[in-house]
Amino acid sequence: MKFDYGTIAEPASSLQNKTGTWRTFKPIWKHEKCTGCGFCTIYCPDACVSGEGKGKESTRIANYDYCKGCGICAHECPVKDIEMILEVR
Amino acid sequence: MSENLLASGHTACAGCGEALGIKLLMQALGPNTIIANATGCSEIFTSLYPRSAWKVPWIHSLFENAPAVASGIEVALKALGRENEAQVVAIGGDGAMADIGFGALSGMLERGHNILAICLDNEAYMNTGIQRSGLTPLYASTTTSPAGKISHGNETLKKDLPSIIAAHGTKYVATTTVAYPRDIEKKVKKALEVKGSKYIHILVPCPLGWGHEINMTITISRLAVQTGLFPLYEMENGVITSVFKIGKKVPVEEYLKLQKRFRHLFNDKSGAEEIQKIQSIADANIARLGLMAEPQKHPVTTK
Amino acid sequence: MSSVSILSKMKVIEGSKAIAETVKVCRPHVISAYPITPQTHIVEELSKIVADGELKAEYIKVESEHSAASGCLGASAAGARTYTATTSQGLLLMAEVLYNIAGMRLPVVLTCANRAVSAPLNIWNDHQDSISVRDTGWIQFYAEDNQEAVDMTIQAFKIAENPAVRLPVMVGIDGFLITHTVEPVELISQDMADKFLPPYKPQIYLDVKKPISMGNFADPGSYMEIRYSLHKAVEGSKKIIRDVTKEFEQMFGRFSGDLIETYNIENAQTIIVGMGSIVSTLKEVSDDMKARGKNLGVVKVRCHRPFPDEELYNALKNADNLIVLEKAISLGQGGILGTEIRSLFMEMENPPRISNFIVGLGGRDIPKSAIEKIVLRAEKSPVPFEFFGLNPEVLGGEI
Repeated sequence: MKFDYGTIAEPASSLQNKTGTWRTFKPIWKHEKCTGCGFCTIYCPDACVSGEGKGKESTRIANYDYCKGCGICAHECPVKDIEMILEVR
Repeated sequence: MSENLLASGHTACAGCGEALGIKLLMQALGPNTIIANATGCSEIFTSLYPRSAWKVPWIHSLFENAPAVASGIEVALKALGRENEAQVVAIGGDGAMADIGFGALSGMLERGHNILAICLDNEAYMNTGIQRSGLTPLYASTTTSPAGKISHGNETLKKDLPSIIAAHGTKYVATTTVAYPRDIEKKVKKALEVKGSKYIHILVPCPLGWGHEINMTITISRLAVQTGLFPLYEMENGVITSVFKIGKKVPVEEYLKLQKRFRHLFNDKSGAEEIQKIQSIADANIARLGLMAEPQKHPVTTK
Repeated sequence: MSSVSILSKMKVIEGSKAIAETVKVCRPHVISAYPITPQTHIVEELSKIVADGELKAEYIKVESEHSAASGCLGASAAGARTYTATTSQGLLLMAEVLYNIAGMRLPVVLTCANRAVSAPLNIWNDHQDSISVRDTGWIQFYAEDNQEAVDMTIQAFKIAENPAVRLPVMVGIDGFLITHTVEPVELISQDMADKFLPPYKPQIYLDVKKPISMGNFADPGSYMEIRYSLHKAVEGSKKIIRDVTKEFEQMFGRFSGDLIETYNIENAQTIIVGMGSIVSTLKEVSDDMKARGKNLGVVKVRCHRPFPDEELYNALKNADNLIVLEKAISLGQGGILGTEIRSLFMEMENPPRISNFIVGLGGRDIPKSAIEKIVLRAEKSPVPFEFFGLNPEVLGGEI
C-alpha cells in the first residue's frame, strides 16, 4: 500500500520544481574578464552555476531552470564579469 | 569540486545563506552520510512531499529531537554491523540545537556518539517568521523582540553555544560561515576524521530575517567575521587549537548598518550607546581569542 | 505434556523481570529507554542482561523519554528492531514522538507500566496514561497478568513488523500490580522465540545505497490521504492480531483472547467489562457468583486500539445489563471505554442497560467486595456514570 512506510521521497526529486520562474533579475556571464576563480559556482545557494575556463573561453553559466536571480554570483565576482539584467517575460 | 548533494529546485529564498551552508556542508561530507534533520528552514525548503532535494539518506522527525534520532541511527548501524557505512549527522537550526533541542543535543554529546552535530545559525527562528532565539545577538530586532518605543530589540547576549558544547568534552568543536567555503570544507573534513562527538556551528545569514539585500549574503557573512562578532575557531578536547585571524578589523557599524534588524540603532542618540556595546562584544572576542593577525614586524629587527 | 515438565518450565518471577526476559529473546537490536517508576525494574533488568552479554543489543541511556522514543524512531528507520518502556509522565513527554513513530509507520514496541498522571503526582496504577494516547495510531494492548504480559510482548513484535501492519505496538501492564508482582510464569525460550519471531527485514530503511528521504512535510493537498491510510492500517491490523494470537496458541498452547476475551458469557444477564489486571478480579468474582448460582459474564478488552467494535457488540448484545469499569476518565465528558461501548448500541432496538464506573484511579484498590457491590447496584438500576467509592472525608464534604 502506498504509505506503508510513511511519506518517502526519492532523492533529488526537487529537480521537478523549476524555481527559475521566481526570477526578476537574471545573471548574464559576459566571458570577458573571467579569471576562472569559481566563486560564482561556489557561492550559488541553488547549485545552478557550472562551467570552467577563463576569459573568452569561460563557459560559466547558470541553469536558468532553477536560477532564482539572487545576484550573489554577480556581487561576488571579483572582476565584475557577471551582469544582472531585468528579465522581461 | 566534489559532488553536489543538495539538488536544485528546493524552495529556499533567493540568496539564502542556509541553503548555501547546506550545499557546502554536503559537498564536504560526501555521499556516505545519513542525516537526521530537525524541523526548520533546512527541512521545510527541502522536503515538501512528494519531493526531496537531498541525495543522501535523510530523515526528519520533530523540532527538538534530531540529536536523539541521530543517536538511534548511529547505534542501529553498530548493532546491524553497518558501523562504517556512513557518517551520521544531526542538522538543526537555532531552535533545534540551542533551545528546544538543547537537551537532546547535550545528551547526545555526553554519550559520546560518533555523530557530527551541525547548527545552522541564522540567529532567530526564521522558518516560523523571525522570532528570537537563544542565539539572537544583542539588540537584533525580531518579531518577538522587536525594537519599539521602549525597547532596543533583543536585550540578551547571544548564547555561546560552541563553548557550552565544548564543556561536554566534545572532541571537536568548530565555528565557520558561508563566506569561507574552504574553511567549511577543511573543518568538515577534519570532523570526519574524529571518531566520537563533534560539532560545527555555521553562521548562515538570512536576507529576509536579517533584512539585507539578497545578493549581500556573502558580504554580510564576511563582515560578521571581520568585525570580530562571529569568530572562527577550532576547539579540540576543550582547548582552542586554531583561530581565523582578522587582517583588518572592521568597526561593527559597517556590519550593522547593512541589516534592517539593526536599523533602529541608527535612528537616535541612544542607538550610538548600543552600537558601542556591540563593539565591546566584538572587542572582547578579539582580545579573548587573539583574533588580530600579528602586526607587521619592523624590517630592522634583531630576530 | 506431563505436569512435571510444565512445572519445570514455569518460573516464579516478578512481572518486570518476566518482560525483560521476553524482550531478551525477541532480540531487539536497539533499546532506548529512560527510567521511571514503576517501569524501572524492566530497564534495569535489561541493562543487566546486556551487560552480561546475554543480549547483543545497543542500549542508549538517553537523557529523557522524548529522546528515548526518538532514539527508537531513528534506530527503527535505520532498519533495527527496537524496544522501549515507560509510563505516565514519560509517556506523555514522548507523546509527540509517538504520533511521529506511528505516522512514519515504524514498528517500535513499547511497554507502558500503566500509572496515574500528575497533577496530583501519583506513582500507582491506573490507565490514564496510555488511554490518553489512544489516538496516536499505536496498536494498544492491556495485559491481565504476568503471563499475558510475556505473551503480548513477543506477539507485539510480530504484529508490528508484519508488512501488512507496519505500526508501533504498546503493551500496557498495570504498574506495581504486574510490574512488581511475583507470579508463576512460563517464560519463552530463545529457540521458541526464534521460531515464532523471524528476524526483522524491512524493505525501506536509511541506506546510502538507496538514499531516500523519510518524514517529509505534507501540505493540505496530501496530508488527509496520508492520515486516512494510517487509519486504514490501524483498522486493518485486527486481522493480523487474530492471526498472530492464533499462531501463538498453536506454538505455545496458550490463548488469552485476541482483540477481546470472553469469560462465562453464555446466558449471562449481566456482563462486566474491564481492561488489564482488574479482569482477574472480575473472573474470580464471576466464579464466586457461579458457585452461588448466578451468572456474571466477563469481557476483557485485550486490544483497545484498533477498537474491537464488532467483537464487543457480538459479545455484549444479548445481556440485559452491561457494566463498564475503567481506570481512566475523560475529564469533563465521562468514561472513555464507557462512551465507546455505549455508542455500539445506539441503533439497537432494546439495548442493554449500561452502567459506567470509574474505579481504581491512582492505584486505589478494587477488592472483590467492591465488584459485588457494583454488580448489585447496576442490576437494580443502571448507573450511567459514577466515580465509584469516593471518600467524603477526603473530599471535605458532600459528594
